[in-house]
Amino acid sequence: MRLIAENLGGERGGDAVFSGIGFALEQCQALIVTGPNGSGKSTLLRIIAGLLPAAEGSVRIEGVMKVEDGGEAFPSVASACHYLGHQNAMKPALSVAENLRFWRDFNGDGQLGVEEALETVGLGGIGHLPFGYLSTGQRRRAAIARLLVSHRPLWLLDEPTAGLDKAAEARFAGLMARHCADGGMIVAATHLPLGIEGMELRMGEAG
Amino acid sequence: MLALFLRDIRLNIRAGGGALTGVIFFLAVIVTIPFGVGPDLKLLARIGPAILWIGALLSCLLGLDRLFQADREDGSLDLLVLGNDRQMLALTVLVKCLAHWAGSVLPLVIAAPLLGLFMNMEPLGIGATALTLLVGTPAITFIGAAGAAVAVALPRGGLLISVLVLPLTIPVLIFGVSASYGATANPDPFLQPFLILAALTLFLGVLGPVSAALALRHGTD
Repeated sequence: MRLIAENLGGERGGDAVFSGIGFALEQCQALIVTGPNGSGKSTLLRIIAGLLPAAEGSVRIEGVMKVEDGGEAFPSVASACHYLGHQNAMKPALSVAENLRFWRDFNGDGQLGVEEALETVGLGGIGHLPFGYLSTGQRRRAAIARLLVSHRPLWLLDEPTAGLDKAAEARFAGLMARHCADGGMIVAATHLPLGIEGMELRMGEAG
Repeated sequence: MLALFLRDIRLNIRAGGGALTGVIFFLAVIVTIPFGVGPDLKLLARIGPAILWIGALLSCLLGLDRLFQADREDGSLDLLVLGNDRQMLALTVLVKCLAHWAGSVLPLVIAAPLLGLFMNMEPLGIGATALTLLVGTPAITFIGAAGAAVAVALPRGGLLISVLVLPLTIPVLIFGVSASYGATANPDPFLQPFLILAALTLFLGVLGPVSAALALRHGTD
């Protein structure tokens, strides 16, 4: 399965922020999108997810998952991706476990249950707390746990490590490496080193 | 889908207190009417169904702006839109509407008979008005969803939604009130306007969520 972007251009409020972006991402690969603020990293991710229309060019997903992963075919990029944006998509009034259980029911089951996913991101034992009581880093970790409770081959991560401490960053790097090793794909926009191997796409430079 | 319904109901109960706000506003509208109209019991009884309907309509519009805005602010809306291939977005919107109705509007319908007493209405009239409200208010929520989806990106969209939605709810109001009158005033029919009201709810139950889904898909930024 491949994620292919051809000659992508994006605009914000009518002004082009980038153009001519192209890449082909194979299974087990990661693409790290870097660049200064305002270079269009988030816009690129939202265009890939299909949340924003591309000003030019196209993104598509080809092929099926390997047979050992179930041989699943995805009709569109949106159906194949997890999108982790700036916001955590969690309700402060519900407990962490309730939030995750909802996304698991809505998005479909993954390999991990809610409790195991929370253990994996280091939030074991606090699933009963309302999400609103958590600190910034803990909220981000709970949002990362959402990636684990349902299975998607493609992870679109927008500044995934914002607010995480060193240990949590390292743990998250391990999670990303494991996802790639299982045949997944990652597109991450960041300006911090993420600690995983991958192609680099620099935005905001001539060409 | 059941998970989404339960989540929205839970949020409604725990966080906003939207149900209580609506009921109190409804109460305030109905209670002030007799002071304005004067203590003419016959007149009050005659305008009772119309006043109950107008009060319920305005209270329905009160909480509509939060229908999608809360989800947009915390990023959930993006994920609901992305889930379109698995869970059709129009269906997601329909479920959100039903949860909103059950959480915020159903209490109004339950409170309506009590408020009918303030208007000196007879039991049959109260029953008919409550029944028409039960059947008619989902239509208001469905139209409101389309308005809420259009105005989701606006920070103070509440008033705009009301202005957008109010003209479209007029048919619901007309048939709701005429059915309520039909139950008590003898020559007027009850069944025909009531059936048209039910048809309006069913029709808008399709049109509202579909147009709201369209607006949401093109409104992400």
